Amino acid sequence: MATVARAKRKNSMARKEAIAFHLFISPWLIGFVVFTLGPMVASLLLSFTKYNVSQPPQWVGLGNWVRAFTKDYLFYHSFKVTFIYAFTAVPLQLVAGLIVALLLNSKIPAISFWRTLYYIPSVLSGVAVAVLWRLAFHPTNGIINTMLRIVGIQGPAWIYDPKWALQALIVMSLWGIGGGMIIYLSGLQGIPTALYEAATIDGAGRWRRFWNITLPMITPILFFNLVMGVIHAMETFTTAFVMTEGGPQNATLFIGLRIYFSAFRDLLMGYASTLAWSLFIVIMLLTLLIIRSSSFWVYYEGMRK
Amino acid sequence: MAQETVVLARRRDEGIPRRLYWWQRKHAQEIITKIVVMLILLTGVVIIMIPFYWMIAVSLMNDVEIYASPPVWIPEKLMFDNYVKAVTTIPFFRLFRNTIFLALGRVVGTVLSASLVAFGFARLRAKDRDILFLLVLATLMLPGSVTLIPQFLLFYKLGWYPGMRPLIIPAYFGGGAYNIFLLRQFFMTIPLDYDDAARIDGCGYFQLWWRIMLPLSAPALATVAIFNIMWSWNDFMGPLIYLKSMQHSTLALGIYLFMGVYNPMWNQLMAMSVLITMPLLITFFFAQRMFIQGVVITGIKG
Repeated sequence: MATVARAKRKNSMARKEAIAFHLFISPWLIGFVVFTLGPMVASLLLSFTKYNVSQPPQWVGLGNWVRAFTKDYLFYHSFKVTFIYAFTAVPLQLVAGLIVALLLNSKIPAISFWRTLYYIPSVLSGVAVAVLWRLAFHPTNGIINTMLRIVGIQGPAWIYDPKWALQALIVMSLWGIGGGMIIYLSGLQGIPTALYEAATIDGAGRWRRFWNITLPMITPILFFNLVMGVIHAMETFTTAFVMTEGGPQNATLFIGLRIYFSAFRDLLMGYASTLAWSLFIVIMLLTLLIIRSSSFWVYYEGMRK
Repeated sequence: MAQETVVLARRRDEGIPRRLYWWQRKHAQEIITKIVVMLILLTGVVIIMIPFYWMIAVSLMNDVEIYASPPVWIPEKLMFDNYVKAVTTIPFFRLFRNTIFLALGRVVGTVLSASLVAFGFARLRAKDRDILFLLVLATLMLPGSVTLIPQFLLFYKLGWYPGMRPLIIPAYFGGGAYNIFLLRQFFMTIPLDYDDAARIDGCGYFQLWWRIMLPLSAPALATVAIFNIMWSWNDFMGPLIYLKSMQHSTLALGIYLFMGVYNPMWNQLMAMSVLITMPLLITFFFAQRMFIQGVVITGIKG
């Protein structure tokens, strides 16, 4: 009898806890439905319509999708620009961030001082900085070409030249490697020193230790930074919008800019939704691809193969 | 593997001892390595800092110096007048107030709702908890553009456009996946003993959250607050879409409008940039430990 009553009480306590759980997370749950899930479904539906806000949406079936894939030259172009950027800037950021972290991890004095200095640009990733870089890339008076001239190189017109505009944005993105660097650094500091000691006793040199210990041990962090970096890069907006507005000659027309222009300048809400969903699908596929590839190159300690 | 070790060890034993030069000694080599590393790092820092220096230098140049070729590195006379011009051309202090208002409005909602939700995920058990938490993490990867248009239409239909409500009110509903994640990670480090003690004293879950968890996690809450102030300060796309006039805009949008509408001289534009970035820089220097902790706890950069 007593055990039954106790079991019942335990049961009702568990239920109470579950109810409390749902109450506690209800702000997020409501927000998720209203601001994420609902809009996602809505934008999928909108992608099959023509909608300019002032008149009610008009169902056009696959019209927008057919237009995007067959008639819209800029559709492919903006994806191409975005891909080039993502697959140049992100790997460069990963490598550069890792190099700085490795240098910082080599027992030099005043490590937190250096760390702070390298992190500063990440704090200021805003419009003011985009404005600063817009002037820094000025062909004659900009700081970049001035510095290049000091070492004897005649710099290009950067953001004013269709061939160089995207490169300029990539160079600028390297300014913000400090955020990734901090993550690597904390990862590097977490590698057990016993591993290095054992390897040194076994006669492994500096390079060997990096290649066989350091690199495998931080592949989970590299992986995570790669996924988040690619997603982030695929959505580039502010820097391109402020520095080049997609120009010159659409050389920096990222898909994010394209969506913004279609929706809020041309008021093509339906077509812009098609573009947004295309981007969403592409990002999902890319993320899946990276996750699938991870079994070949990401090392998880404690995972059996 | 074992064989290789033996071979290497033997080879070392057979090595003929000889006198080392001072730079070949282990201690000296370590010092040389350190100096080389520091020089490389210093070069990196100089490269990173030059744009900052240039921003400040240009903001203090006169109208001739900014177009000089070869460029001027140090302005002859410091023209603080540029700052006065920049601040009076646009309603700077109004924008400053708007920016602060927006940041505070968002941060209060974010800290309250994210900590509430994070408490649920960290401390309460339910069958669907892990699936729901995965969903939270999934939204971390969701591109904003896919919800952008319907969200805009929703706020438009509600009559909240143009205005700040679309930028503030969503923060009260969960406060964003990143913040939930960060706070959950922190709550999970607080020993369960506190919960038990509080329960014995008759605390409900809500009181446990308010009276025990929040005071104990002040550093994590401060980290969340500071990160969100920074994001809000830098946010451009939100204000660009939802705020229409100069009077109602934030500093981030303001400098863009300033650049487009007034076509200002470089020195004034840079003065404006300095004014916008300085508050962030100052905050960073006072709270850098929190920034770095936030990045380290979650593994996500600002």
